[in-house]
Amino acid sequence: MKDLYFDTAHMLGTAVLLLSFALLFQRRISGVINTFALQATMLALAAAWQAFVQDAPHLYVTALVALLFKAVAIPVALHRIVRLLMIHRTVETALSIGLTMVVGVALVTLAILLVLPVTSDSAALTRENLALALSVVLLGLLMMITRRNAVTQVIGFMSLENGLILAAIGVSGMPLVVEMSVAFAVMVAFIIFGIFFFQIRERFDTLDLHYLESFRGERS
Amino acid sequence: MTGVLTQLLQMMLVLGAAPLLTGVVRLAKARLVGRRGPSPIQPYRDLLRLLRKEAVVAENASWLFRVTPYMVFAALWLAASLVPTFTTGLALEPTADLIALVALLASARFMTALAGLDVGTSFGGIGSSRDMMIASLAEPAMLLVIFTVSIVAGSTALAEVAHHMREAEVGLRVSLAMALVALIMVALAENARIPVDNPATHLELTMVHEAMVLEYSGRHLALIEAAGMLKLLFFLSLIACIFAPWGMAGPGEPPAAAAVGLLAWGGKLLLGAGALALLETSIAKMRVFRVSEFLAGALLLGVLAVIFLYVSRGL
Amino acid sequence: MLIPILIALVPLLALGPATLIAPRSAAAHWGVYAGTAALSGLIAAAALSHLLLESSPQHAGLPIGLPWLTARFRLDSLSAFFLLVVNGGAAAAAAYGIGYGRHEREPERVLPAFPLFIAAMNLTLLADDAFSFLVSWETMSLTSWVLVLATHREPDTLRAAQLYLIMASGGTLLLLLAFGVLAQVTGGYDFDSIRTSALTPGAAALALALGFLGTGSKAGLVPLHAWLPLAHPAAPSHVSALMSGVMTKVALYGMVRILFDLVGEVPWWWGGIMMALGGATAVIGVLFATMEQDLKRLLAYSTVENIGIVVTGLGLAAAFRDNGMNEIAGLAFAAALLHILNHAVFKSLLFLGAGAVATATGTRDLGRLGGLIGRMPQTAFAMLVGAGAIAALPPLNGFVSEWLLFQAVLKGPLLPQWELKIAAAVVAALLALAAALAASCFVRAFGIAFLGRPRSPEAAAAVEVEPAMRWTLLALAALCLLLGVLPMLALTPMGRLGEAVIGAAAVRTDSSWLWLTPPAAGGNSYGGVIVLAVIAGFGVLTRIGIHNLASRRLRRAAPWACGFDAPVAPAQYSASSFAQPLRRVFASLVRAEERVEMPEPGDLRAARFASSWRDASWDLLYQPVGAAVGWLSLTLNQLQFLTIRKYLSLMFAALVGLLFLVAVTQ
Repeated sequence: MKDLYFDTAHMLGTAVLLLSFALLFQRRISGVINTFALQATMLALAAAWQAFVQDAPHLYVTALVALLFKAVAIPVALHRIVRLLMIHRTVETALSIGLTMVVGVALVTLAILLVLPVTSDSAALTRENLALALSVVLLGLLMMITRRNAVTQVIGFMSLENGLILAAIGVSGMPLVVEMSVAFAVMVAFIIFGIFFFQIRERFDTLDLHYLESFRGERS
Repeated sequence: MTGVLTQLLQMMLVLGAAPLLTGVVRLAKARLVGRRGPSPIQPYRDLLRLLRKEAVVAENASWLFRVTPYMVFAALWLAASLVPTFTTGLALEPTADLIALVALLASARFMTALAGLDVGTSFGGIGSSRDMMIASLAEPAMLLVIFTVSIVAGSTALAEVAHHMREAEVGLRVSLAMALVALIMVALAENARIPVDNPATHLELTMVHEAMVLEYSGRHLALIEAAGMLKLLFFLSLIACIFAPWGMAGPGEPPAAAAVGLLAWGGKLLLGAGALALLETSIAKMRVFRVSEFLAGALLLGVLAVIFLYVSRGL
Repeated sequence: MLIPILIALVPLLALGPATLIAPRSAAAHWGVYAGTAALSGLIAAAALSHLLLESSPQHAGLPIGLPWLTARFRLDSLSAFFLLVVNGGAAAAAAYGIGYGRHEREPERVLPAFPLFIAAMNLTLLADDAFSFLVSWETMSLTSWVLVLATHREPDTLRAAQLYLIMASGGTLLLLLAFGVLAQVTGGYDFDSIRTSALTPGAAALALALGFLGTGSKAGLVPLHAWLPLAHPAAPSHVSALMSGVMTKVALYGMVRILFDLVGEVPWWWGGIMMALGGATAVIGVLFATMEQDLKRLLAYSTVENIGIVVTGLGLAAAFRDNGMNEIAGLAFAAALLHILNHAVFKSLLFLGAGAVATATGTRDLGRLGGLIGRMPQTAFAMLVGAGAIAALPPLNGFVSEWLLFQAVLKGPLLPQWELKIAAAVVAALLALAAALAASCFVRAFGIAFLGRPRSPEAAAAVEVEPAMRWTLLALAALCLLLGVLPMLALTPMGRLGEAVIGAAAVRTDSSWLWLTPPAAGGNSYGGVIVLAVIAGFGVLTRIGIHNLASRRLRRAAPWACGFDAPVAPAQYSASSFAQPLRRVFASLVRAEERVEMPEPGDLRAARFASSWRDASWDLLYQPVGAAVGWLSLTLNQLQFLTIRKYLSLMFAALVGLLFLVAVTQ
């Protein structure tokens, strides 16, 4: 029965990772937001499952936080922002989507190569879980650098946070404080970025950071 | 001897079941969007109607054009007969190598694409060229799925794979889940289903497979359509055989076990048909040049599946 | 069998110079082509008998070359296998030449060099010391260069020939250095003393790198491949078939000889590098083949792909052998060798077929061909078989070697090094991608050239070529089927070769001829005969069923084409439009660009569309190197205008430098 516990945990972790790839694959902003909501739901499920397996009730709180804020509140708010600012148009990529995904797979391989030697004596569960979490973090970073639009960059940042939480819930005995602070950090980032959007919108009439660069004289 | 009998039975079974499967998918799709839909045996009637009609062949079509439907149908029929459905004790089992099966499908596609170019119309060309583009990405993705499965099962022979998946303690594996998703993506592309292609459309520019076989009529078209139905059955049986071989009878088991296997197979096909119909009604078709990204995703998923296999086993 | 082969080489060497007496006569034509075909056939038979019957290598020394050296020759199973491949291909090309040579405008430019070229390839395979190896190798390069120049009236030939000469000299230089490194310990240039001498790891790595690059540049390894698609197609078609189908195999022989025999111990990481380079070569080669518009250049790019597949197999063999997994190494090695044989067969077939098309229509531009299947039915059938074989479709021969190679790649996860484990997964993806793209490429090549409607008056007026050419094509097509159906025919003789070079054969010699069951593949099997019989059986069943069930009426009518009236030839899909989806998907790899020029509304100009692609190795490797060489020569040029004092000081500096080197190395 223990195998089934581990396997299910892996499956949920993998689902989070695959949704990271799905984020890279999306071309429409609403699609990106919905995929992010789905990823947060998967994360909540993974947390709940870990709470059940590790018999650690505080992880249920983490799951609830992930579900309420990341899977519901933030996507709804982002949808509102997108509607308000009228930026439904397609995601602008700095790198072609196919190439981004190839880089993504290379990053996942790198994550695995990094994690495996370090954790060679720990259980397969932690090993796989850490590899998955690190991959999600790296893919979040990749998303932030390959997308020009500020909304998608925020989502990249939050999916990176998802990776951190995934790593945290996989290790038994991690105190609740960590998760709460991580979730809080996301909220703060969200608010900051929210204000930031309106600032850019006011000044330059667009959310494309490209214009910001030209304003700073980085591009002609 | 029983091997030969079960093989013959299987040949007839796939031939008889393939149109029914397509009919069920169409019915399910119609019901899901609130139409009454045709009866599930409508594909049989369609095929019979086509067989009774005369074949109209373009003036400048070569022998290749007329031979292709027979070869394509024979290849797909063979492929579908090789996949263990209700039992693994088939006479042609040694030829059911996964790599050979992929190559068999590739041969069928090679001939179809050539036939699309034979008459020299722009529709045939557009279909052939796009179909080959899709296949160029779908085939490697499928081979990587095979790579993953064969590392887990230690063999590329289908019967061996099914046996291993059923008997050994495989468990829920991350790699296998990725391989399954990749295989489903490949199957959607290979069968010209939504979101890659639309099997129901004859609109000029959205079609890939239908454009390629546009010039066929009468018995030739019947063969091509039947081959398409067999392909759908082949992929559903393949997915069931690799990822859900439960209920399948082993070689030399009593007829009762085979009957159970038959029922299980029917159930799996129904489930697959329902899932396909649900998927097709809930998503939209992609632009042709998004398909390459979709299939590149399947290919990379295959690579990830292999790499994650190393994670769970250790490097 | 070594002595008879050497004796047979004497008339082959003499044939070429003899034609100089009357180069345009029918006697010269028949003498060269029929004579070469007969002699090559004899040598091939002798090589086969050695492969089957003899187990120990044979030696011979001839007092030719430098006065104090004897030229050494050696016939072992490795050279016997390659002799079989080379002379089989040469015999086919020569037999084809009996018909094709009549269309030659300047036969005196082809006839003298043709037998010399073949003899030089033979001598390269037999050479047993570095000196005769390099002399034969260079003779092979120079004679093929002369043959490329036979078409000197065509505009691109001169540039291709110039580049070919530069690349060939560069490759020979690398080989010369490689042999220098190999011989450093004992100073012995014969292969026996190189084999026995022990190299330091550093020297071995250097020799590996030099030998690999020297032979790889000749074989067409990416990124050194750019000369190949220019030079191979420029020659007359039967010479193109020799260069692509056979000469690249001599280069691979050199690679196997230096890596697996002379150096001996190939470290696993070097195998990994070979796998990666081979995989990249396969994909890039076939991608360019898919874009190419010129039929023969398309085939040359596809040669690059196949070389990549073989090098991948060799790399796998090296990686497995270094880890002590000899069984699987034998499997990978056999896959590579079988692919060498298969490629020699189907690439010769395809090049000779392209020559037939060029003879019949006067063009090899896919944009001017079409509809040839009705006018050249036998050529078309043979080409269809060749296209199917190179696209790795069962039951043809290309599939067997790809199947074996995949079986070896599937064992990659057993390798202990994580780099190789991951490389195995990536290489599997690359090989599968290359195979699928090859199918796309040859659907395009065959479909555009032979199917549809003729795209030019020449294609519409084409007639079938003469019997000597047709029969050669059909014989090669039959060989494609035979090797695909009964691969054991080829693999059984190769068993001894695998044992000699790698230490394990892929198949047991006593196993059934019907089934290909490599022990290392863990119970997986492929039965070519069974597959053919089953496919044929299903086809016959279908045919019978349809004839009894369906209406037999058939009516010929205008194409339907969604109701468009009378489709005309320019409305068909062209070679460029067929390649468009893949050109877009891989745009960044092939540097594809599309430009649409749409006139403003009211403007009556025609809209224009242009698409282009570019081999990136030009911009990234060839031009920078060319520019560097130019800069260097300009800079060194200044050395001609120095004062005597400066010249003296240069010499003094050189002397002191060398003395310092001696002091340090002691």
